[in-house]
Amino acid sequence: MQTLLRTPLYERHVALGARLVPFAGWEMPVQYEGVIPEHRAVRADAGVFDVSHMGEIEVEGPRARELLQAALSNDLDRIGPGQAQYTLLTNEQGGIVDDLIVYELDPERFLLIVNAANREPDFGWLLERELPGAEVRDVSDDYALLAVQGPHALERLGLPAAPAFTFADGEIDGVRCVVNRTGYTGEEGVELLVPADEAGELWDRVMGRGVTPCGLGARDTLRLEVCYPLHGNDIGPDTDAISAGLGWVCALEKEFTGAGELRRIKAAGPEQKLVAFVMDDPGIPRQGMAITEGGEVTSGSHSPMLERGIGLGYVPAATAQPGTELTIDVRGRPRRGHVVKKPIYSREER
Amino acid sequence: MAAAESYPDDLRYHREHDWARLEGDEAVFGITWFAQDALGELVHFEAPEEGATVAKDRSYAEVESVKAVSDVIAPLSGEVLEVNNAVIEAPETVNDDPYGAGWLVRVRLSDPGEVDSLLDLEAYKQHLADA
Repeated sequence: MQTLLRTPLYERHVALGARLVPFAGWEMPVQYEGVIPEHRAVRADAGVFDVSHMGEIEVEGPRARELLQAALSNDLDRIGPGQAQYTLLTNEQGGIVDDLIVYELDPERFLLIVNAANREPDFGWLLERELPGAEVRDVSDDYALLAVQGPHALERLGLPAAPAFTFADGEIDGVRCVVNRTGYTGEEGVELLVPADEAGELWDRVMGRGVTPCGLGARDTLRLEVCYPLHGNDIGPDTDAISAGLGWVCALEKEFTGAGELRRIKAAGPEQKLVAFVMDDPGIPRQGMAITEGGEVTSGSHSPMLERGIGLGYVPAATAQPGTELTIDVRGRPRRGHVVKKPIYSREER
Repeated sequence: MAAAESYPDDLRYHREHDWARLEGDEAVFGITWFAQDALGELVHFEAPEEGATVAKDRSYAEVESVKAVSDVIAPLSGEVLEVNNAVIEAPETVNDDPYGAGWLVRVRLSDPGEVDSLLDLEAYKQHLADA
C-alpha cells in the first residue's frame, strides 16, 4: 500500500471540513461545501484551489532553450523572460506525454509546471535528453501552488490587471510569491507559486480576503465547461495533438519530437477528433461510455452552468461538426446529445 | 440547503442506505441522509417506469451527483405505483429533505412479509456505526 502525499495545506483542508480523496498519489480536497456552490463561486466571484500536487521542473543552462525547443511542441522563441506558454511534451508518434506551462525565468532558465501524475515521467523524459549545458532538476518539493480564479479574483487579492500568460514577483498582504497569470477554469485569475514553507501563510491571506476554498471536483467541472483537456482522460501518450485539437500549440515549422508524424496527420486529416458535446436527453455522460456513432467519452459530467450533461470525446472526423447528433450509451440506455463548438461555456454568453 | 443528519424512527431501513415507509400494503422508498451525504448534491434521478416491478435487494433506479453515480436498492419487492416527479425535476430535493419531499417512489408490496428482514432505527444506527 502506497502512502499518500500531503501538501503543506493538508491540515487547513481538514480544519475546513474538506472531503479528502486520493488523486495522482496525493490526498487532496475534492470539495469543501460542495462541488456546485464552489463551481458557482468561481464563475461569479473568486475561488482558491490548492494545486500544490502539481510538479515543477527547472531546466537551466546555456543550452536549456535548445533542449526544450527539441522536446516541446510550441515555439519558445515566441516568448521572452516574464512570459509563459501552454505547450506539449510529445513522443515520437506525436502522442502527448504531458501538457504543461513553461515559464521563461530568464533566457537560460525555464520552469515547467506539469501535471501531478506526470511529474516523474516528465522528469525522466527530460533527463534522458539532458545535454551538457542544460541541467534538469525536479524542484516540485520546493514549491506550493495556489490557483485563485474568478471574475473578482484580482480585486479580492488587490492585484493589478496584467496580460494572460505573463508572470512577475508579487505579494499578498506581505507574503511574497510569483504571480502567474494562468489558470484552468476559463475565468480571470492567477496561480501563485510560493515556497512550500510559506504556503500556509499565503493560503491564510487569500482566505482572509474572502475567497471561497474550492476542491478538485469544481476544478474538473470548471475546466470541462471551457473544454480544457485533462491529461490521462482526454489526451495521453496514445492520442496525438492534432486529433486532440491542440494543433495550435504545435509549431510544425520547427523540429521537435514527433513533429514529422504530426505534420503527416495534419496533412492527411485526423481520423478522429476530440469534440465537445451537450446532452439533449436527461442523463450524465461519464468517461469510458461508448458513443454509438463511433468513439467514446473521455470526460463527462454535469455542467453546473448549463444544468445538463456535458462531455468531451473522440468521434470519427465525419461526425465532428457542431450540431451533429450523438448518442451516448449511458449504462445501456441510449441518450441523445449534440456536438457543440468549443468552449461549451464562455463568459461572454452570460 | 442540505438537511442536518437524521434518521426517523417510523421508517424501516436497508443496509444499502435506503428507507421504506410502510402504508398498509404500500410503501414509499427513499435514500437515507447518510446516502445523500456520501454522494453530494444530486443532479440526476434515473427513475423507474410507473408499473415496473422492483425486487428486494436489487437496483431499481440510479441517483447521480457531479462526481458519482449510485444504484438505488429496493428495500422491498413490488410494483411501482408512482414516481416522485419533483425529484426528477429537482434532484437536489433529496439533499434538502431525504425523508419528506425527497421520496423517490411509491410501491405496492408483493410480499409484505419481507418487512421483517429490514432494520429498525436502532439496528440501522448500529450498522452505520460499524461501517
